[in-house]
Amino acid sequence: MTWLERYQDPLTIQRVLHGASTIAIVGLSSNELRASHFVGFYLQRHGYRVIPVNPRESDVLGATSYPSLTDVDVPVDIVNVFRAPDALPGIAREAVAIHADAMWCQFGVINEEGARIAEDGGVTVIMDRCLKVEHARYMGRMHWFGFNTQRITSVRTGVQ
Amino acid sequence: MTDEHDPPDQRDRPEQARDFGFDTRQLHAGQRPDPNTGARAVPIFQTTSYVFEDPESAAAYFNLQEYGNTYSRIMNPTVAVFEERVANLEGGCGAVAFASGIAAQAGALFTLLEPDDHVVSSSALYGGTVNQFKHMLRKMSIGLTWVDPDDPDAWRKAVRPNTKAFFGETIGNPAGNVLDIETLASVAHDHDLPLIVDNTFATPYLCRPIEWGADIVIHSATKFIGGHGTSIGGVVVEAGTFNWSNGRFPVVADPSSAYHGLQFHETFGTYGYLMKLRAETLRDLGAALAPFNAFLFLQGLETLSLRMQRHVDNAHAVAAFLESHELASNVAYPGLPNSAYRPLVEKYLPLGAGAVFSFDCAGGRTGGQELIRGLTLWSHLANVGDAKSLIIHPASTTHRQLNDAELEAAGVRPGTIRLSVGTESVGDLIWDLEQGFARVRQNAEHGLAGAT
Repeated sequence: MTWLERYQDPLTIQRVLHGASTIAIVGLSSNELRASHFVGFYLQRHGYRVIPVNPRESDVLGATSYPSLTDVDVPVDIVNVFRAPDALPGIAREAVAIHADAMWCQFGVINEEGARIAEDGGVTVIMDRCLKVEHARYMGRMHWFGFNTQRITSVRTGVQ
Repeated sequence: MTDEHDPPDQRDRPEQARDFGFDTRQLHAGQRPDPNTGARAVPIFQTTSYVFEDPESAAAYFNLQEYGNTYSRIMNPTVAVFEERVANLEGGCGAVAFASGIAAQAGALFTLLEPDDHVVSSSALYGGTVNQFKHMLRKMSIGLTWVDPDDPDAWRKAVRPNTKAFFGETIGNPAGNVLDIETLASVAHDHDLPLIVDNTFATPYLCRPIEWGADIVIHSATKFIGGHGTSIGGVVVEAGTFNWSNGRFPVVADPSSAYHGLQFHETFGTYGYLMKLRAETLRDLGAALAPFNAFLFLQGLETLSLRMQRHVDNAHAVAAFLESHELASNVAYPGLPNSAYRPLVEKYLPLGAGAVFSFDCAGGRTGGQELIRGLTLWSHLANVGDAKSLIIHPASTTHRQLNDAELEAAGVRPGTIRLSVGTESVGDLIWDLEQGFARVRQNAEHGLAGAT
């Protein structure tokens, strides 16, 4: 197992998805065509409270945007990161400071030091995975578009 | 958190990561018991369209912000099971099904081509593909260079600044050449190009081109995937690892005028090409797979490994019989010990070299036709990959549109016979071929053979 694969464990992903209700999206853009906006919109639709964290935005998806994670005044379950990989150590320190349950780094947001800082501070790390894709894989409808969910189960549950 | 789409019991049954075997996945991938009814078999969703919950949901589906069904020309839940199952078996990130293999091929190419682009293709291809490339691509102002599939340097030398793809068949139809997938993928990637492989003759049971570096895999599902000869269909699988933002594919990476400025690769990453293939190309070509045909292909896939093992065992026996027969020559079964493709078969097709191959019948065109007239068990028709054994004379049928030079490049001569060896009792298949050869011999003795 590579160091990165430690942060892609399916059981951990399912536990984090099922346990969360508030998700702070660092780098959430108000541009509807950006990937962060697609993810934020999707998570809101599925009942999560989405908190934008972006000093360059005032309001995204109907929610007030905060300049940094430490400015957020409600408990955060998942810190979802859409930033350049080298911003990760700083974001990890903030995630630890606000006692987030998990730091979820999107595709390509890979930084070993950031992962270690979060983990040492008691924050579960998921890295190089898309929060929307993983939600859609286990609880949603990713399968409807012919994508390979890798799921094999004969349990009757979830959506078709 | 709670979600109306999320029944509470799911969190009590977390799914362990496991590398499930091929035989398990051909039965289960892409489908779970229907949550509404408990149906174990795949339900046939014979519907054109889907009721939206509310205007916001409808907009989200059309904007691709949410995975939602809109219209069966673009997606259908039964077809989706088939797509995911093939993607899973091939080791891809997803798949899009089409109404035929030829439509799948057109879809895969049109998604990444624009006028004045160029494709490099193996010259040893199915005649229908040759027609599509030669005529249809020309109409779209797409340049094409045919190359000897066995010569990697020829592929390298054929690359131009406007080249957008390499194309070949895992096992060429009908010449039986085996593609050196790993080498050609490496040449393609050296030039920032995707390698597209038609894996129809091997099926994912015998070969998975993505494991060797191929980027896009195409199937005519009509053949071994179905196995029953009841349905026409095709499918495109993508590995999901090609970098469409490498500068060579603005058609995939740049804001799309066909989808309100969406940048498919940036927005959907791994899934960008397939999203574009579905939301634009399938939408605009209109060649959607029917849900009932998808259901039939799924019935076929459930037994793919079992059938393919029998197919290759029978093909091996028939090829060995033909090789020792005085009225047969040039038995082009790559699985034979003396085949020039033996090293490639050992590398890419260790479980067997497929079940479709050709040989030359003595007596040229007349000899070939007399052989077919003498058979009573093999079916004389223009298809391959049925569980029933099939036979045809390419020069007068599937490859009829090709001129002599193209015929030669495709490995077809006047007396060439193409076999698709089925899963019958193999002794019966050989007995029937003996009947055919008896007729060829009888005609030769009457001085009628060789009159091509």
